[in-house]
Amino acid sequence: MASIAVEQPRQRRAHAAARGARHVGLVIAGLAVFWAFWEAYRWIGIRVGITWPFTVDATNMPHIHDMLAALTKPLQPGGPILLDYEWHWALFTAKEALVGFTLGGVIGFGLAVVLVQSRILRRGLVPYIVVSQTVPILAVAPMVVVGLGTKGVEPWVAVSVIAAYLTFFPVAMNTLRGLLSPDPRSLELMRSYAAGRRAVLWKLRVPASLPFVFSALKISATASVIGAIIGETPASIQDGLGGAIVNFNQYYSTGPERLWATNIVCAVVGLAFFAAVLVAERLVLRRAPENVA
Amino acid sequence: MNDGLAVALRDVSKQFKAGVTALTGIDLEVQAREFISLIGPSGCGKSTLLRIIGDLIEPSAGSVEVNGKPAHRARLDHDYGIVFQEAVLYDWRTVGKNIALPLELLRWNREKRTARVKELLDLVELEAFADHHPWQLSGGMQQRVAIARALSFDPALLLMDEPFGALDEMTRERLNLELLRIWDASGSTIVFVTHSIPEAVFLSTRVVVMSPRPGRIAGIVEVDLPQPRTAHTREEPRFFELVTDVRERLAAGGVDLEGAA
Repeated sequence: MASIAVEQPRQRRAHAAARGARHVGLVIAGLAVFWAFWEAYRWIGIRVGITWPFTVDATNMPHIHDMLAALTKPLQPGGPILLDYEWHWALFTAKEALVGFTLGGVIGFGLAVVLVQSRILRRGLVPYIVVSQTVPILAVAPMVVVGLGTKGVEPWVAVSVIAAYLTFFPVAMNTLRGLLSPDPRSLELMRSYAAGRRAVLWKLRVPASLPFVFSALKISATASVIGAIIGETPASIQDGLGGAIVNFNQYYSTGPERLWATNIVCAVVGLAFFAAVLVAERLVLRRAPENVA
Repeated sequence: MNDGLAVALRDVSKQFKAGVTALTGIDLEVQAREFISLIGPSGCGKSTLLRIIGDLIEPSAGSVEVNGKPAHRARLDHDYGIVFQEAVLYDWRTVGKNIALPLELLRWNREKRTARVKELLDLVELEAFADHHPWQLSGGMQQRVAIARALSFDPALLLMDEPFGALDEMTRERLNLELLRIWDASGSTIVFVTHSIPEAVFLSTRVVVMSPRPGRIAGIVEVDLPQPRTAHTREEPRFFELVTDVRERLAAGGVDLEGAA
């Protein structure tokens, strides 16, 4: 009866720690390999004269250490260093993205909960939800910014709405799939208890959907950051990473390192969002390893 | 409980949309405290019949009464618990929380739930596993959790759809004995679907033999083996006579025993 092996909590914690250390090690090793590859390609490219798919030179492929060094240099003589600016831009963009992510997540989840109630509703609405995502974000963004602007909404809120526009779709689709995932037996069991719609939703459908929801949130986490960066462009917002990218683009030929450095900061913000979702997932989902989506 | 009748089926039939007749002319009365097995080959409608009793499927014609009320009313009143072939435990809940699920739906408070779950874990001998997750348990243990869950709100009737069908023979025989102990302790009525002849004879007070196409009752075998049944019951000559009796009725009902294992 007690013959099956079950890991003790202490053992499990030790395993988790070892796994964590291995992950960090792998990430560092990955970065080192990427760095080495970049510099090797650059070195060979410049000597051999690689022109395809792009010309390898100091402008197109700055040294990675130059990009990082650019962060420590003042933007204007005597002013604060670039990293100080990046920090503020990143916080600003992260705020837009976080508000958009939350808004999109709530709307996406709510939409899925509504859609799961009726097949007719799904048939009628899902195509329009899909169509909403085929409209290029670059076309929608100015309309949102201008449209909301005339209503007196602050520009950064309009950017959040654009981030939400990119976020809600994967959340809605995956949550819907998760809500529909319980097998017929699980539903029959609920029926045998004469459970109402609400009980079936909260005791069965929603818990069953969580692995799907978290998969979607991982996609949405990075999408919301991209949405915020892109949204800043038509809004002419200068306080965020999007504005900085537009700015540094104009001075690319004289100082490509700054644009690259900003790209790195964008990536770090996206990764931070992704990591936050990952941590939340670990805390919320306690289930068989093979069932983690 | 009313009139001592746990289940009363009168002229029940079921046609599915595709024109398939799953059941026809089913008349059956189950007394309270009985242990009834429905046995027959695949396609004889035994699982369909169980679901009709549980109001999970509606019959096309005929009347179904459970505890003296229409089956629909009985389901709303939580008059029965059900166990399927798969344990159907919710992965995200611990063993204890799985057992407590129906109690949550019945709005029992936390203390009452905790106390009841403890009793049930004792009953199915899984005291040490309350905080485990279903995927940490063997198939037999999972099925015991499912039984505990079905018994949690103390229903008068227990419906079981091949609950041990997916288990190995040794686990199955042990759980058979355990089920009889639980049946005795809980005072419930059991309707049990199986396709194992020895299992049906060993467990039941009566075995309802069904035959397919269309599903109907081919005969009923009274099992007069003494109670309580023990591991030795399976070795008694009378046990083998009854097994033979059921087998012959299955054959008489048009069941190809060579083909339908």
